[in-house]
Amino acid sequence: MTDAQTEPAPHGNAAPTEETAPAGSAGEADLTGAAAPIKLPESGAEKDGGGKNGKNGAETGDGLIREIMTGSGLVSLLAVVVALLIGAILIAVTDSRVAAAAGYFFAQPGDTFAAMWAAVSEAYGALLRGATYDPNARTWLGQLGIFETLTFATPLILAGLAVTIAFRAGLFNIGAQGQIILGAIFAGAIGFGIELPPGIHLLAVIVGGAVGGAIWGGIAGFLKARTGAHEVIVTIMLNYIAVNLVLYLLKNQLKDPGSSNPVSPPMHQSALFPLLLGPNFRLHAGFILSVLAVIAVAWLLNRSTLGFEFRAIGANPNAARTAGMVVTRGYILVMLISGALSGLAGVAQISGTERSLDAEVAGNIGFDAITVALLGRSTPWGTFFAALLFGAFKAGGTSMAVNADVSIDIVLVVQSLIVLFIAAPPLVRAIFRIKSGPGKTKPAKNTSIVTKSTGGAAV
Amino acid sequence: MSTVISTKSSADNTALRDQLAVRSWKVPIVFAALAVFAVVVFAVFGPEGHATFRLSQEQDAWQLPDLVLPAKASGIVAALACVVLALMSYLQTKAVGRTARWVSSSFTVVFVAGFLIWIIGGTKTQNITLVGLFTGAMLIVTPLVFGSLSGVLCERSGVVNIAIEGQLLAGAFTAALVGSITGNAFAGLFAAAVAGLLVGFLLAAFSIKYLVNQIIVGVVLNVLVAGLTGFLFEKIMKIKVAGATIYNQPPHLPDLPIPVLSEIPIIGPTFFRQSVLGYLMLVLVAGIWFALFRTRWGLRIRAVGEHPQAADTMGINVNRTRFLNVLAGGAVAGVGGAYFTLVAVSSFSKDMTGGLGFIALAALIFGRWNPIGAFLAALLFGVAGNLKSILQLAVTPVDGQFLAMLPYALTILAVAGLVGKSRAPAASGIPYVKG
Repeated sequence: MTDAQTEPAPHGNAAPTEETAPAGSAGEADLTGAAAPIKLPESGAEKDGGGKNGKNGAETGDGLIREIMTGSGLVSLLAVVVALLIGAILIAVTDSRVAAAAGYFFAQPGDTFAAMWAAVSEAYGALLRGATYDPNARTWLGQLGIFETLTFATPLILAGLAVTIAFRAGLFNIGAQGQIILGAIFAGAIGFGIELPPGIHLLAVIVGGAVGGAIWGGIAGFLKARTGAHEVIVTIMLNYIAVNLVLYLLKNQLKDPGSSNPVSPPMHQSALFPLLLGPNFRLHAGFILSVLAVIAVAWLLNRSTLGFEFRAIGANPNAARTAGMVVTRGYILVMLISGALSGLAGVAQISGTERSLDAEVAGNIGFDAITVALLGRSTPWGTFFAALLFGAFKAGGTSMAVNADVSIDIVLVVQSLIVLFIAAPPLVRAIFRIKSGPGKTKPAKNTSIVTKSTGGAAV
Repeated sequence: MSTVISTKSSADNTALRDQLAVRSWKVPIVFAALAVFAVVVFAVFGPEGHATFRLSQEQDAWQLPDLVLPAKASGIVAALACVVLALMSYLQTKAVGRTARWVSSSFTVVFVAGFLIWIIGGTKTQNITLVGLFTGAMLIVTPLVFGSLSGVLCERSGVVNIAIEGQLLAGAFTAALVGSITGNAFAGLFAAAVAGLLVGFLLAAFSIKYLVNQIIVGVVLNVLVAGLTGFLFEKIMKIKVAGATIYNQPPHLPDLPIPVLSEIPIIGPTFFRQSVLGYLMLVLVAGIWFALFRTRWGLRIRAVGEHPQAADTMGINVNRTRFLNVLAGGAVAGVGGAYFTLVAVSSFSKDMTGGLGFIALAALIFGRWNPIGAFLAALLFGVAGNLKSILQLAVTPVDGQFLAMLPYALTILAVAGLVGKSRAPAASGIPYVKG
């Protein structure tokens, strides 16, 4: 349970000086939670997503600006800025030219700063060019990094949606990684194991992948519903079981007999996603699938009865039970859907980019998906754009490693810092001394991101 | 209510208890299933030939002969013992509602022994050095135990620590770096504790001060530490001076064999021929157990973890207690991380903890949030893990990958309540806001 349900309004919050604003907002959020426990935090969150991409017509211009200036939109932006700044400091202080110039810092301090600027601008410049457009690259593929961004974003969108939908029902799905692997195993077994006519084959692969992921997610949902086993623990453990399972299968049933490495045979041509931009680019039809999935999840969460049930369960399982909803069924269903979405991410990997199964098929997508969902504030479209940003980091990170000799690990640092800062709005506000502003008329908006992202539910 | 019961006669009392006692049939059912498995696999389809266990090393004070067991006959004995113990569990559950602890533990021992005989008898070479099995296991067990103890400290005070992995990794990296620079392994060890403490500080600051969801912070901190150590590894540790990577050559913590004790077969090499970290581990397990369950300090911590409102009412500063515990836990895990680079191998490599922090979490849960339980669970997981690496090349009846799954599968069974009931401290994961 977060404080929203269990605690009465916490007026005496820890530090009254620097964070009076957030403490007050948390208190108000609690009041709304106490007054109307089943009231869903959806409206504020949805407006955030809509406000950011300028699609929400209902938001008036004045409200929008206020939202951006004082609300979570600004905090998100500042979080990204601070994270990039810390990354820049890391790059600068570890650069060899900076170290050389710092040797005579007191003689010519300008040199040090120039070297710092050179190191940082080189690294971030390469990152940006790699993720979008690089006029100096030799190939088309290298020039139009934007399509690599979309390619990297595809599985992140799908897996991010998986985490998002579970969040909204109050469940913390750390198991996207394992569900992706299971999805890839099922999709692969169909994709290279059997022959089917084109079209039907790809469809079978997609369905198979979704089923594989759903099984793995469903186990966690079932155990949560039946025995109360904490889904965080179960999904973490299932991740590692999945890793060992795929290693075992790659040594035995799914091994390519023609190879000495633990890899599967290549997928049949009919089981692959068609490439959207010809053979020069890796962007595949899985991206379209992921956009469709965003639309479907947005509809499911905001327009369907089932989605309402999920959000109600997420906001307050006891109230949902009192209102006649079957909470256990909700847990199982949402984990099935969440697992299926992760499984689709596995399909995107194996039918889109990897084209055969190996132990690294899930990469780090399952864990990135958690940060994507948090950055996207657990709304479908927010997740979509967060995944695009992280896809850009991945595409640009590779080019940064090659062109600026900055390890791609810095991307992990920046990503995790972004999420840390976003998760703690009071910290960002304290850094920039922002007041919460006059937006107090809509207290629900100032709910902390965590309460919002988890649908205000127990984790 | 209690007074009513106490006034009744003892016969009534027993009857009432019988009514109230919830008979859980899970244990007998699980035992029965395992016994059937034992009968079928160990006995009926048991491997022919002999399983050889080598017990002694040259250094040992007295040499034990190799233990040679006829695989099939031993399998039959083990299977029969399993059946008998499962029956006893059934009878006990029927009579008093629960299985006695000695029955459960003997069942576990017999089953594991039968399993070992079966798996060794089924390999081609049919022999294994028990000392190697256990000393190799300690390479996994030591960091696991430190990680689990970090989890115990944090979770007993009500903060979920998913960042064990990150704390271990931070410790490993810092120990290697500082050890290399100073040339002193103990300086590295100290730095590792500080690094773990810093990760713990971030966890505490974000989850206690800023009320960010503890699981989110933990997950993100793992990523942060992985990225940070990976980045610095590329940038600093790969710098070569005169052809050598001078920042990644930490000194080795020396082994300190304890006289006499270290010469006992099997136990000696496993527990008494270790570096200072190995002994520190044993001391910490006992010390933290004693502190948690036998001192006022421990009572306070457990109160904060179980019912913070009550603890607060009694004048305990809940959030300060939690903060200090998370810091202490971070330091413990950091020291455990130093084991990777100061004892196990003598250089840092990217992501070298390889998910061990999550097995530590599993051991913590399987050990029911108890230091000694976590230690025993870590031993079991360590032996299973090392058995997997030993058997990697041998053709075995069961694939090593399934042995590697064992810790995770057991943990799922434990949290699902199928193997005993593993219950977290009641307030674990819930931020405390005074109100």
